[in-house]
Amino acid sequence: MKSRFLSGPYVLWMVLFTLIPLGVVFYYAFTDSVTGAFTLANLGSMVNYWPIFLRSIWLSIFATVICLIIGYPVAYFIAHCKPTTQRLLQMLVMLPMCMSFLLRTLAWVALLEDTGIINNVVMSLGLESLPLIRNNGAVILGMVYNYLPYMILPLYTVLMKIDNRLVEAAQDLGCNSRQIFSKVTLPLSIPGIVSGITMVFVPAVSTFYISQKLGSPDTILIGDVIEMQFKSAYNPNLGAALSLVLMVLIFICVGIMNRFSDEDEEGMVTV
Amino acid sequence: MRNFTRIITILVFIFLYIPMIILGIASFSTGKDIAVFESFTFHQYRELFRDDGLVSLLTNSLIIAVISTLSATVLGTVASLGIHKSRGRLRKAIMTMTNIPMTNPEIVTGVSLALLFAFVGIILRINAVLGFWTLLIAHITFNLPYVILNVMPKLAQMDPDLTEAALDLGCTPVQAFFKVVLHEIMPGIISGALMAFTMSLDDFVISYFVTGSGFVTLPVEIYSYTKKPIHPKVYALFTLIFLVMLILMVTMNLLQARDNTRRRKLMLRRAGR
Amino acid sequence: MMKRLFSLLLCALLLLPLLPVRSNAAEPVTVNLYNWGQYLSDGSDGCIDVIAEFEAKYPHIKVNQMTFDSNESMYTKLTAGGSSFDLIIPSDYMVEKLIEEDMLLPINHDNVPNFQYVDEAFRNPSYDPGNVYSIPYTWGSVGVIYNSAYIAEEDVAAQSWDLLWNEKYANKILMFDNPRDAFAIAQYRLGYSINTEDPEELEACADLLREQKPVVQSYVMDQVFDKMQRAEAWIAPYYAGDYLLMAGENEDLRFYRPKEGYNLFVDSICIPKGAEHKEEAELFINFLLEPEICGGNLEYIGYSSPETASKDFMDPEVAQSPVAYPPEEEIAIGTSFSALSQEATQYMNALWLTVKTADTATTVYLILTIIAIVLVIVLWLLFKVRRRKEKARRCQKWKTQ
Repeated sequence: MKSRFLSGPYVLWMVLFTLIPLGVVFYYAFTDSVTGAFTLANLGSMVNYWPIFLRSIWLSIFATVICLIIGYPVAYFIAHCKPTTQRLLQMLVMLPMCMSFLLRTLAWVALLEDTGIINNVVMSLGLESLPLIRNNGAVILGMVYNYLPYMILPLYTVLMKIDNRLVEAAQDLGCNSRQIFSKVTLPLSIPGIVSGITMVFVPAVSTFYISQKLGSPDTILIGDVIEMQFKSAYNPNLGAALSLVLMVLIFICVGIMNRFSDEDEEGMVTV
Repeated sequence: MRNFTRIITILVFIFLYIPMIILGIASFSTGKDIAVFESFTFHQYRELFRDDGLVSLLTNSLIIAVISTLSATVLGTVASLGIHKSRGRLRKAIMTMTNIPMTNPEIVTGVSLALLFAFVGIILRINAVLGFWTLLIAHITFNLPYVILNVMPKLAQMDPDLTEAALDLGCTPVQAFFKVVLHEIMPGIISGALMAFTMSLDDFVISYFVTGSGFVTLPVEIYSYTKKPIHPKVYALFTLIFLVMLILMVTMNLLQARDNTRRRKLMLRRAGR
Repeated sequence: MMKRLFSLLLCALLLLPLLPVRSNAAEPVTVNLYNWGQYLSDGSDGCIDVIAEFEAKYPHIKVNQMTFDSNESMYTKLTAGGSSFDLIIPSDYMVEKLIEEDMLLPINHDNVPNFQYVDEAFRNPSYDPGNVYSIPYTWGSVGVIYNSAYIAEEDVAAQSWDLLWNEKYANKILMFDNPRDAFAIAQYRLGYSINTEDPEELEACADLLREQKPVVQSYVMDQVFDKMQRAEAWIAPYYAGDYLLMAGENEDLRFYRPKEGYNLFVDSICIPKGAEHKEEAELFINFLLEPEICGGNLEYIGYSSPETASKDFMDPEVAQSPVAYPPEEEIAIGTSFSALSQEATQYMNALWLTVKTADTATTVYLILTIIAIVLVIVLWLLFKVRRRKEKARRCQKWKTQ
């Protein structure tokens, strides 16, 4: 049947603009920035950056866990509303995603700064200003804020689809509400949890704006270093090597995560 | 349990909307400092409409978003049909490729495309390779998976007998597609296109790496704004965009709700007959 | 219903982009100017809008401005390829570097008659003999800006770069976010030449900068305006001209040029290779050099003017400001950058990267990571053991039955 070839243009496009660019990243990562000769020096210099990799990973893990903890009840609540309310709330979760995240992050800066809104209030009460910004906490807050919708939406989609009859059956069999949650709802929502974690962790670990605005010189993340290589200290080869390592790390993480759920990946995006 | 989740939900919504409120209030302030509200004014909005720079940036963003969404929707829908028909290893390979831009961090996608374009520029000796076309290519590339991942499930849900029936009734395959299949998978196409559109309109990271001198979109320019003392008219623009989005989404919601109730009534009436 | 609405929406959106395109049918030539942020009077606060004036005078030319925040990021954008600019405004040492690397086009002086107004002192500079590739735009100096409301008198009495290392003001100090300017400060403190290529001296500078890192609030360029004006930060090294702009917003700000020496620079307008509208670009250069435009423009941006004639068009207070035009004896201790060799530049960039990425809290993360790995392994083992036990129990049950 001919229709199989309908995906031809798409495959061609993806090869041209997804696979080949990754090949170019490989090429740059293994060549010298001046001579263009083959070298392992770029990848070798990665050892200097492992503290930054570690920090990026840890801060994103914290952010992801917080997103999960506060996102789950929200998704649960939305999934148990009337259909019209559900749609409205879902829309309200999505709406911030359509707005410039740069400006929204900037608004957080205005709120948290030493001369910001909260500290202005605190100081007008005659108290010392609080160290709200330029620490790990502020960076995590920025990540949670920016990526929380990516956690809520997949969770909501999964929770909404759970057959209520299963819950009723569990009730009939004498489960209390905690047991229902741990034996029925939670196991059934694992695909949503997995895709939510992926959708929060991946952008969080590679972010470069949030740490610039809400962090200090001591909370530099791997995304910042990559951005620096391409935008100020021009060293695309080192930047490519960093990107490569980041990519491999993420693929490993996502691979491990997907081990936990046997669901088909086609359902991953569920906004 | 119910109360607990309700309280958390309310808190989370406050958390999500605090920045919008701050920016909204700042857009009505006379002062330049976002943290201090001096006095109320519409001045920033007047400034905004006088500034055709910002408006043209918004137009640029819309141009890219619309063209890339349309191209990605057409290409992606056609591809979905193909993938739906293919089986086994080929299908798996294509789906893996579709997932690459989804799981790859945006910064890596941006960097890899930037390197590719620079590479092509060197080979073809084109000086200004970065610009409208590279931006469009990048946007189509990251939009495509959204369309495919939304259309594929609808195709899987569709009853294959429907196409057979259409063909038996004398449709050509093309006619069958437009009269039957397209109708069935339309919700998937729409939600895919909408997602692609919003992603494209607000994309900063990838655009930031593939943008050139001639053609800049709003989010990229906002990034350079945030490095300088930012003019309050940007807050005004943001507030306006926010309101437009809000109205758009609420209207669509209401329309959909009305549609649903009408359909339900129709069904009830039929059932009653 | 949804479908119809959606297709209508799409149609409307599709038409939207067509509107502005059709309106300017007579396509004007666009000159792409790549400029520093806050470096061209834009008509705010009643000053002249240079681009608007130019476009009014030459209706067939449009000027499209993009901004960078350091010589290095501009250089990056130029070398990364992919974009074409008609005008760039690099500093002296960067002009020299760009000439060495053959990245500039010679300027046709016949198209720039207003060059006659440029003072003798700024003609024929060492970085570009004969002004073949560059026309001076402004000049200025680097110094320390501080907020007198928060900084004690005795701490600034020494008029030294040491203030930037003062732990008393930890987290209120800003620092340059580009290697050349940042290293220069360390070099002045250590008494080295700011054009040193000696790896050991550069290493020592990096150590000094690393030592400063704990007291630094952020490494910034153009964000300095916002942070200093709002007193989010109290001390920052920056360019004198920008200090004048900031002082207009916050009266508590003060400025001094440190006694150890400071950087004097000239920023010039150049036309990079690959420029598409060279003649129009030269028209724009000529326009900028017109004393009236130059005066109005520089009065707003605060930088010092290389044209004495332009001072007639400035507010006398600005034209005589000792900040913008330091007295002779102060000029004498200023030094200028020259281009470093490729290797030295790369070495400095690499050192700068180590300064910025130097990490203080690694052990915490390391311990956390080890704990996490151990925890995962233990959990996994527990899980396995439990499953095996369960299996065994089930087997037993089955057997007993």
